[in-house]
Amino acid sequence: MTGFSLDLVADVRQLLSYHFMLNALRAGTIVAVLCGAIGYLMVLRRQSFAGHTLAVIGFPGAAGATWLGLSTGLGYYGFCVAGALVIAALPGPGRLTGGLGGDGESSAVIGTVQAFALACGFLFVTLYQGFLSGLTGLLFGSITGVSDDQVLALLAAGAGCLLVLALLGRPLLFASVDAEVARARGVPVRLVGAAFLVLLGLAAAGASQITGSLLVFALLVTPAAAAGQLTARPGRGLLLSVAIAVSVTWLGEGIAFYSPYPIGFWVTTLAFAAFCLALGYRQARDRWGSSRAGSRRPAPAVSPAGSER
Amino acid sequence: MTALLAADPVTGLANMLGQPFVRHALLAGTAIALLSGLVGYFVVLRGQVFAGDALSHVAYAGALAALAAGLDLRLGLFAATVGVGVLLGLLGGRGVGDDVLIGTAFAWVLGLGVLFLSIYTSAGSNGDATANVNVLFGSIFSLDGGAAATASWVAASLAALLLLIARPLLFASIDPAVAAARGVPVRLLGPLFLAIVGGTVGEASQAVGALLVFGLLAAPAAAARRLTADPWRALGLAAALAVLAVWAGLVLAYAVPALPPSFTIVTLAAAEFAVAAGYSVLRGAPGTADGATAGGPEPNANLASGLHGPPS
Repeated sequence: MTGFSLDLVADVRQLLSYHFMLNALRAGTIVAVLCGAIGYLMVLRRQSFAGHTLAVIGFPGAAGATWLGLSTGLGYYGFCVAGALVIAALPGPGRLTGGLGGDGESSAVIGTVQAFALACGFLFVTLYQGFLSGLTGLLFGSITGVSDDQVLALLAAGAGCLLVLALLGRPLLFASVDAEVARARGVPVRLVGAAFLVLLGLAAAGASQITGSLLVFALLVTPAAAAGQLTARPGRGLLLSVAIAVSVTWLGEGIAFYSPYPIGFWVTTLAFAAFCLALGYRQARDRWGSSRAGSRRPAPAVSPAGSER
Repeated sequence: MTALLAADPVTGLANMLGQPFVRHALLAGTAIALLSGLVGYFVVLRGQVFAGDALSHVAYAGALAALAAGLDLRLGLFAATVGVGVLLGLLGGRGVGDDVLIGTAFAWVLGLGVLFLSIYTSAGSNGDATANVNVLFGSIFSLDGGAAATASWVAASLAALLLLIARPLLFASIDPAVAAARGVPVRLLGPLFLAIVGGTVGEASQAVGALLVFGLLAAPAAAARRLTADPWRALGLAAALAVLAVWAGLVLAYAVPALPPSFTIVTLAAAEFAVAAGYSVLRGAPGTADGATAGGPEPNANLASGLHGPPS
């Protein structure tokens, strides 16, 4: 490795000559497409806290799998999907939906569950002696750890998720925007919601393998939030969210390769920068473009009113 | 370390208390638990659990920034948590606004923490990977006498400060509009309280770690609210349950060396909540003042009722 030069083509070529970087880019692309799409719907459905919880639940899964000598991917997928099914089975449709704030009582319950899940993960890490260096990777991600098998598993999971999402798309969007009307029209709202939570679990599990359990938000929420600032149309917003997630992941992995700092930092920083740019763009457009007619306030889809306490 | 298992319980306990590191952990742990229980009750009551979550992310970034800069870890920890606590309070107290914006910003703060971690660990021999683990998951058994004394003094002062403002704070939390009309300085109380929450998160990070702060902050408080509707009784109960979780957790972690103390403390606190929730379900009546999460179809009932509405 010769380090970064001004010749970008040579840099990219050098980067691609490493097998682990190829794998990281393949996995990152799959995860980014998945997270961009599912994250957009998640923000639309105001289930960001559920996404966060599922990502956190993945950590004891991966740590426990390592302790038992299984692959971490198995732990991520198993725990995240199981967690999604549990959340879907909980009574009260709004218990784990709602914004990050939620109301005091239910967010206290979720916070307790998250702390317990993290504590279990820590226990597994402690029981598995000599694994403390891997802890940072599990929590904050790394670009070196993706194997060929993991890429294949991600590809299978990602393709399956996108297929289900395509089939589910219209009723899901309907149910997300207006659950009551959708139910009256015969959409199985509860089933659709449960299926979406499983998709969310798979996306969170996939993203955990790139950004680590604690930084999944950077791929799941931030691109979606940025897209929501730029357009109010669901179709366009979804594509934009995917595009932002993919660019952030590629850039983040590329910079992480040439810099001494970890991928988790670069991906969160780039995603946050994209969000700030989108926010600034929207504010500028609102200020100077307000004389023109048309829909200028795309915010309601993305900033849930339920969070304003 | 196996003395507790080998001997009869009384001798085992005496052996355990003979260890200086256990005494330090008990001293600091008791004070921190007391503070966390008291503060946690108000955090849950005011619907500011998310602020606590945000502050725990900040605690991680702050502690590692201090380590990366070669300063005392606690300096960065408290500067970050108290500073951001006040900032959150000034930005609008409980109605911190758009959750997606806040979630996005704090995911980035955690990313910054990772940056400081890599700066710190790559800086060479001055630190090892355990510092990171200690900040994330706590290291109550490794507190020395000085650190334990400092932690208990800070915790005791913060608890005293909270009890001093407890009455107006309770009033302002339950009905901010009426409290403001009666001359309670609601705008001052919000930032002050969040500064105390910041200090508490910093304290609790030393005991159970930044990631597990919730276990001490939210679980005992939520359990207490399930058991009694009376605010003062619930406040005391929350503190008592937190202290109980820490004591039992420390004994358990000492008796079974494979279990880290943070795990036992958080697990016991979560178990307290599970038992309290089960008890309140069996009793038929939700013990909470508003009953918002008794499994009813209206999860945001207390939002709608205006009980937790923003101060106008």
